[in-house]
This record gives sequence, C-alpha cells and structure tokens, in this order.
Amino acid sequence: MNIIVLAKLVPDLVEELTIDPGGAALDLTFARWIINEFDDHAIEQGILLKERGGGTVTVLVPDLDGADDVLFTAAAKGADRLIKLGGDFNGVNNHALARAFAAVVKELQADLILTGVQAHDDLDGSAGPLLAECLQMPYVGYVSGVSINDGKSLLRKEYPGGLLAEMEVTTPAVLGIQAAEQPPRYVAVSKVRQAMKTSSIEEQDASSLDPCGGPTVGRMFQPEAAAHATMIAGSPDEVADKLVDLFKELGVL
Amino acid sequence: MATIEVIERSFYAKVLEATPEGERLRLCLECGNCSGICPFGYLMLYPPSRMIAMLRADRFDQLLETDTVWMCVSCYACTAACPSKVPLTPGLMASIKEELLLAGNVPDELQAALQNSQRYGNPQGESPRKRADWTLGIQPEVKLLAKVKQPVDVLWFVGDYASYHPRVQLATKALARVLNALGVDFGILGPEEWSDGDSQRLAGERGLFEVLAEKNGKAFGKYQFNRIITTDPHAYNAIKNEYPALGISYPVQHYTEFLAERMDQLKPLLKQEVKVKATYHDPCYLGRANGIFEQPRALLQAIPGMELVEMTHNHMNSLCCGGGGGGMWLDGFQWEKAHVRLSEWRVREAISAGAEFLAVACPYETPRFEDAAKTVQGAGELKVRDIAELLAESMGV
Repeated sequence: MNIIVLAKLVPDLVEELTIDPGGAALDLTFARWIINEFDDHAIEQGILLKERGGGTVTVLVPDLDGADDVLFTAAAKGADRLIKLGGDFNGVNNHALARAFAAVVKELQADLILTGVQAHDDLDGSAGPLLAECLQMPYVGYVSGVSINDGKSLLRKEYPGGLLAEMEVTTPAVLGIQAAEQPPRYVAVSKVRQAMKTSSIEEQDASSLDPCGGPTVGRMFQPEAAAHATMIAGSPDEVADKLVDLFKELGVL
Repeated sequence: MATIEVIERSFYAKVLEATPEGERLRLCLECGNCSGICPFGYLMLYPPSRMIAMLRADRFDQLLETDTVWMCVSCYACTAACPSKVPLTPGLMASIKEELLLAGNVPDELQAALQNSQRYGNPQGESPRKRADWTLGIQPEVKLLAKVKQPVDVLWFVGDYASYHPRVQLATKALARVLNALGVDFGILGPEEWSDGDSQRLAGERGLFEVLAEKNGKAFGKYQFNRIITTDPHAYNAIKNEYPALGISYPVQHYTEFLAERMDQLKPLLKQEVKVKATYHDPCYLGRANGIFEQPRALLQAIPGMELVEMTHNHMNSLCCGGGGGGMWLDGFQWEKAHVRLSEWRVREAISAGAEFLAVACPYETPRFEDAAKTVQGAGELKVRDIAELLAESMGV
C-alpha cells in the first residue's frame, strides 16, 4: 500500500492576523506557518495504516517556513519519504495548490491519498476534492476511520447530526480526513532530532501555480464590532447596582 | 530476556546521562522512605523504591505499561529523604518518564504543553511576540535588551507564567516596581526569552529541554550583563544546575536571594505596615532542591507589622503545590487518579497555622493556591500573595 499524505501549511492563529495594504488579502510578511490541524490527522491516519498493514507513507508539503519541521516530525512518527514542493506558495489558493500537488502525485503510483478535510484558509473549497478532480480519482470527505482488507478500503464517514456511514471505495482514491482514529501522537524532540540526521527531504519544483477557477477576493477585513453590547463601568458595587436596575427595567427581577 | 537486559542497561545509562550522580541508583537500600514521603506515592503502582526493585528484578518492561508515574510532581521529597542520596527526582523519575514518553505513553494534557513549549517557547501556547506585553505601563520603562542595545547589571529571566498568566503578571509587575524603586539596572529578553525548560525536563522531555536551553543560551550570549535573576525557582534551578553542563554558564540568583542581599537598601523603603499574620510556603525548587530557605523569610520579616508563622510542613519538609515535574499540565489526569489536589492540602495547613496571608515565591503557586482556597472550607478569607507583591505594598510602589 502506497500512501501519500498532502499537508498544507496555514497561518498560525496564535499570532494576530493583519490585512495587507491592498485590502484584499492577508499580510503574510510576518505570518508564522503551522501544519493544518486536519492534515496532522491525515499524517496520523497514514502512519496507523502503515503500522497495521505495512506499506510506505510519503508526506508532501509546500515549501513555506516550517515545512522542514513538519516533514522531520512526520519522519519521526514513521513516514518513509519526505517531499517538499518548491514554489512561491505565499497566499496561493487551493486550485493552484491542488494542480501543483497533482502533478507530483501522478508520478508516485499512490493507492491512497490522504489530506485534511478542510483548513481555516480554504477560500475556494477544500484541497481534497480539487485534487481528486485533477487526478480523476474518487473522493470521500469527513473520513474518521480507514481499514484496508484484501485491497479494498472501508471508510467511516461522518455526516451532520451524528450519523456515521461505512462505505467502500475503489483505490486509488483521495480521502479528506476529519479525524484520525487516535489523536496525532507526540514524538519526543530527541526522536525528531534523530530523524533530521537519518532522513532526507526531496525537493521538487511545482511546475506552475495556476489559481484559475478560484474566486477573486474583493475586500478582506477584520470582523467589525456592531454596537450591541453595553459596557457598564464603575466599581463592583456600582456595577452591581446598575445591573440590578437594568434587570428590574427588563422585568426579570 | 536479552532485550530486557539491553533496555535495562540503556536505562541505567540514561539515568547517568540525566544526572552525574545517577550511578548511586545501585546504592538503594530498599528502605522505602521515598515511597512513604511521596505525596502521591500511595497512588503509584511503582513508587520509587518499588521501581528500583522492579529494575533489579529485570521487570523493566512492566514499568513501561503503567501511567501512575505521571503522578510524580518532581517535588524532591523522595530525594531529600533518601539515606543513600540516590538522585531519585532528576535521575530515576525523570528518566522513567522519558522512557514512557518515547514509548508514546503520554497523557494528552502534557502532550499539548510539550508541543506548545516546542513551538511557541511557552507551555501555554501564547504568542512569543507578546512575551513582554506585561511591561506596558511600568515606569521607568522595563528595558528590552534587543531595543536598548546597552549593557545592564542584571538580566531578569522572567519566565513563562510570570510573563503570561494574568494573575501572576500582577506579581511580575510588582517585582518590576520594586527593582525600579531600588534603582536596579535591569533588562529583559522579552520575545527572545524561551521557556527555561526545567519542568519539561523533569516531565521526561530532555531533548526539548536542551533545545530550549540552547535558544536561551544563544540569547544570553548576545548581551552584556553581570548576573541573571529569575522570578521562577524552576528557571533558577535550570540555569544554576543544568545549563552549565550545556556550556551555558552565568551567575544566577532567585529574586528573593538578590533582594535579601540588598536588605540595607530595601529596609528603609518598607514604610507601610502590612499588619497580617502570614505564613511562607517554601517552593520545592527554591528550598528543598537549592537550599534557599532564609532569604524569603528575611524579606517577609522586614515588612513592618507582619507576623510570620510556620506551617506544620516547612523548610526541607515543605509540601509541594502540585505544579512541578509536569504537574502544571496534568491537572485533569491527576484529579482523575487522586480526587485530591496537593494545593488544597497546603491551603488547609495555612489555615490551621492561623495565617491570613499565604506568601509564595514561585509563579506556579499564586494561581494554584488561590484556586485551592476557593474549594477548601474555611479558606475563603485566605489571601495568597507573592513576596514581591507584599514588598511592593509595603514600599507603596
């Protein structure tokens, strides 16, 4: 079983986001990149499949700050092959990313391609279905469990309202992972450091980054506060008095 | 059997690597003092002495299947009670936690704190860019070394909780005002400061500790200063006892040590009476691990009007607040196992001692004891204050 995992890097929300002077995109000059949480689950699911049924796991990430860390951490968890896709990925949309990933994946003879079901910067749909379309493969999203028997992939897919479905998919296929069967594991720093010494990152250049098909952003802006809340100022006693008055006024006291 | 022997041999090597005294593990008398004094020993399947017995019986693999080792709060009580002077806390316990961690047997809460420390340089997962935000409004301004580009006398290593925790920030600000009032020429690293890593090391993440120490070492190397002071006893312990082995060697003092040395200058400034009965909680990494018992008490006694009383457990025998060795990040896990909190035990002692104020000197403690005081019966009136806050109050700054 040849498993490919595609991981996106997204701006880390621990740092505040700012809009660039053009007003239609994020200012990514000082962005810190972090692996998309769902992609971290996709890596975990890939490693679990390998541990259960053998095979190889290849992890593919776009070349942004932090890509090496993501790849070496994946290697420390058990990934066999690490590929970094070169190109200017700052602010590219998922259409461009899917096309660039597809060009590389075509050559890898994948049986299963795993990726996170969504990311917080998906402005043009999630990357998984776009990639499946580029590769002419079936796609199943919101997957929270995968088992492989006799070359058949049995998936657990989540639906809204707490419904679960089990379905079979013919491979090769692209899966959008909602959650791995166990939370992404912790690997000790010493293991990651060892992976840095023993594994290597292959660099491949993205042929082109074609954003065609995605929407054009007219304006991007911070959420604007509407004047619905009243802040009551004063000492705790004053605030309490005002609150009591207010409750009386509203008829709840 | 051969594999167990190999693991066992490598485990001894690991203990040796963790502490130069690791070889003393072989001198264990099996007296059981360690397991008896351990605040959570009664819950551990293998408290220290039993763990050593298992090692000797070639049953190391069984140790790796348990998770009660994560009840260890690295409080040094076992180490202090050991007649053979076996380095149980930094050697045995930290190494067994490392083995569990490498085997993937890590409680989720701890995992998150370790990942945050790795990525953001603090276990809370706060923005590293905001590490100096607490300084806003302090006058004279707190010097950021990267900005002022001039030598200072004192580099203040502020630490994680002192920098980010909203309650602990009050004590941090108080200390800044005390230092300013004393005319101390000090600066901080701000966003260039990383977690000291000591609690991560004692929670078994030695590799992470080394990465964090290297980053701090690099930052220290960029600036000129005469000494380091720390808010956090864990940072003090790391910089004093662990960093030198990594080639990072600077004179370091805990802030209580630093201030006690300036008592002559400090005393005339302590003008306002703080007329309360206070008791002092010895932090594990100031007292038991590093022998600093008297300086914090001297500072408290210098405050006019303050009456200092001792709790049943004090000095070498002090109780742990429960935050060390990863305990800060295992609250849920430990509650599930124990259904008691060590901080509550301590708060009960403070009440029985008749104290109105519980004075502390470690950033882990203010929030832990304040939370405990909310749940312990009769502790509603107990005030928890960092020594820096009490000094600032008496100085009127």
